[in-house]
Amino acid sequence: MNLIEAKSVNAYYGDNHVLKDISLDVEANTVTAFIGPSGCGKSTFLRTMNRMNDYIEGFRMDGSIIMDDQNIYDKSVRVEELRQKVGMVFQKPNPFPKTIFENVAYGLKIQGLKDKQKLAEVVEESLKKSALWDEVKDNLNKSALSLSGGQQQRLCIARTLAIEPSIILMDEPASALDPISTAKIEELIAQLKEDYTIVIVTHNMQQASRVSDKTAFFYMGDLVEYDKTKDLFTHPKNERTENYITGRFG
Amino acid sequence: MNNLDKNRLIDTSFKYFGIACTLFGLVVLAIFLVKIVIEGIHRIDWNFLANLPSRRPQKAGILTAWTGTAWILGLTAIISIPLGVAAGVYLEEYGKKNKLTTIIEINIANLAGVPSIIYGLLGLEIFVRTFKFGGSLLAGAFTLALLILPIIIVATREALKAVPSTLRQASFGMGATKWQTIWYQVLPASSGGILTGIILALSRAVGETAPLIVIGALAYVPFVAQSPMDEFTVLPMQIFNWVSRPQHGFVVNAAAAIIILLLITFVMNGIAIYLRNKWQKKVNW
Repeated sequence: MNLIEAKSVNAYYGDNHVLKDISLDVEANTVTAFIGPSGCGKSTFLRTMNRMNDYIEGFRMDGSIIMDDQNIYDKSVRVEELRQKVGMVFQKPNPFPKTIFENVAYGLKIQGLKDKQKLAEVVEESLKKSALWDEVKDNLNKSALSLSGGQQQRLCIARTLAIEPSIILMDEPASALDPISTAKIEELIAQLKEDYTIVIVTHNMQQASRVSDKTAFFYMGDLVEYDKTKDLFTHPKNERTENYITGRFG
Repeated sequence: MNNLDKNRLIDTSFKYFGIACTLFGLVVLAIFLVKIVIEGIHRIDWNFLANLPSRRPQKAGILTAWTGTAWILGLTAIISIPLGVAAGVYLEEYGKKNKLTTIIEINIANLAGVPSIIYGLLGLEIFVRTFKFGGSLLAGAFTLALLILPIIIVATREALKAVPSTLRQASFGMGATKWQTIWYQVLPASSGGILTGIILALSRAVGETAPLIVIGALAYVPFVAQSPMDEFTVLPMQIFNWVSRPQHGFVVNAAAAIIILLLITFVMNGIAIYLRNKWQKKVNW
């Protein structure tokens, strides 16, 4: 089943044509990786899926992205509801400068949930799912900024899980982390796949091949190749893909 | 003397010249302060704070003046803080970057440099005459609020600018509206900077005299203000009034009142500096 269907997406920053007629489907309960050199449009494309580009001045796009039989760029769609369904984890861990508890509870609080016991349950459950519970359970009232980078990133994942999205977008979630923290994040992605659909942008091709089911290779705003990860990395159909994954450029 | 010696001499002389320049202002201020304190400190006692003004210097006190200053401070804060912070939030978070907002920005920056007596005339025309507040506390507070509004707006914007966009994105990414993002994340993260600006702006308002003279604040008010519509005086006006009297006793009173006024502004500035340091330490993204 396709959860996300992007159809002829074109995007521009001012006069700069950054996404050129991209069509791509994402299946439910899979991990899809976007790879490509810097400036190829992969992050921009990821951010069209929860409309985070809306805030960038001079950004325009056309085409459609269909989720649940609806174009998310329709006038009737409310972005706040969309982002509750499509969570996002950013490149640099960006926890709120508040306590660990408040970080995870934030999404539900802004939805109006006040029941303290329910909040506590969700916080615990989310931290367990993001494999952070054991490390922080005694310090839930400590500032999130006191955590290490890897812990902060798992906290950001927990915060996203707390609002029960069906899709999680990850924009190079491990690029600012050390190898051990990266391994933990990758392990987590493999577990989360059971319940969520994950789209991940990564610079790291080994990471893409380790965690993803399907991989899309972007180059200069074009979707060059989109295939099962195994096939794309072993038998790339396009010459540019082959050059990139073998390290001849990029 | 060769060239190097000459250059080194210039070097050394500039160092001492620089020290002299630095000390000039401080020394003058120190001499002034010492003189004021010597003259006025013995005059400060409970009666000085609790007495109404009088024709006899020994019996005169600053009760009406400092309560007037307190009233003005409170009313000005109530009027200017919501207006200034809201305007700053709008310009920084909501306002699109176009010609109109650029013009507004330049004008706000210019307003901060308008002489305070001009604000006094504005207050006289709008608040005293048009709104018929008369020479009341309310008219004074509105006038001073206008005067410090640009400072609060600019300080708010600077504090908001210091909040990294990643924090806003994190909140938007959780499904928060713009207002929720500002209220729950951006304002708390920038509160230290905003508060610092507010306190510095208010401490400026406390020392202002010219605009209040223009709107008709009286130097001699024989009663403590009970409501915002009452006539009033403030410490700087009381000082101004006393130093223009011929009897030496009033000069002593003025010195004592100056000490009180300086104390108030020093304390306010001290709080501002404390908050700024604390805030800078807390925020390390």
